[in-house]
Amino acid sequence: MNIQPVVFYVFAAVLVFAALRVISSSNPVHSALWLVLSFFSAAGIWLLLQAEFLAIALVLVYVGAVMVLFLFVVMMLDVNFAKMREQFKSYIPVGATVGILILVEMTLVLLGGYFAPATGTAPAAAAAGYSNTRALGLLLYTDYAYPFEIAAVILLVAIIAAIALTHRAPRTSKRQDPAAQVKVRRGDRLRVLDMPAEKNEG
Amino acid sequence: MDLSFIWQPTLTHYLVLGAILFAISVIGIFLNRRNVILMLMAIELMLLAVNLNFIAFSHYLNDPAGQVFVFFILTVAAAESAIGLAILVLLFRTVRSIDVEDLATLKH
Repeated sequence: MNIQPVVFYVFAAVLVFAALRVISSSNPVHSALWLVLSFFSAAGIWLLLQAEFLAIALVLVYVGAVMVLFLFVVMMLDVNFAKMREQFKSYIPVGATVGILILVEMTLVLLGGYFAPATGTAPAAAAAGYSNTRALGLLLYTDYAYPFEIAAVILLVAIIAAIALTHRAPRTSKRQDPAAQVKVRRGDRLRVLDMPAEKNEG
Repeated sequence: MDLSFIWQPTLTHYLVLGAILFAISVIGIFLNRRNVILMLMAIELMLLAVNLNFIAFSHYLNDPAGQVFVFFILTVAAAESAIGLAILVLLFRTVRSIDVEDLATLKH
């Protein structure tokens, strides 16, 4: 018996359950951890689809970097999350209606069999010497070299933006503040007291 | 009667799974309408659903170009979450809250 369907259904069930827990968890730290699990299951499904490089990249980049960043931010902010969930239940009807309608519409289109003639059959297993990473690299550095460089620039912009937004230089040195210097009025610096010039004796 | 065509995963199975994930994240944005962090997480889930569709089509059409697009989506999503979280930290420093309702106080 072929093991592939079993693996697919197990990973798909874990993925859907983890995604449901992400959106329904009362603690954002738990949400982030469930999101890690859903990324991990998605990576498993991508392996089934013979996208080895992207599966590993998803685990390394998302689970290793992006989700740790999320966890850092969630734990760093001292936020009253319970207060934000007060109206949680009142949004369930509209949210569920929209979500289920989207799902039903997409499923109706997908089950219509429009994709079946061209893509219904699973492709043959790759040849022995085939390497997914090699095929991806061959495409990326030839046909998609220009978008690849744009992606590098986008990452650079993201680094600069993140640092520029959140960087706070330590205020240890005494530095000039020209605006404050210009705004100074005489009254701030000089106080004229009205007092007798000489003390009367006797 | 042979039911293996239902049991055996095909392109449609992967696309329906992507649709379910997408719908879950849409519901998540509605439910956590006040919490910016959870909205960012729901957006990440949406991008995951889109990536799943790209990879499924790439596999069943035997064209690795679809995986190159997933590569770019991952890049842009990483940049998006980095900048989004930076804005979130900045927002928290300014109004001491990440509630969407409190964003209106920024205009005063």
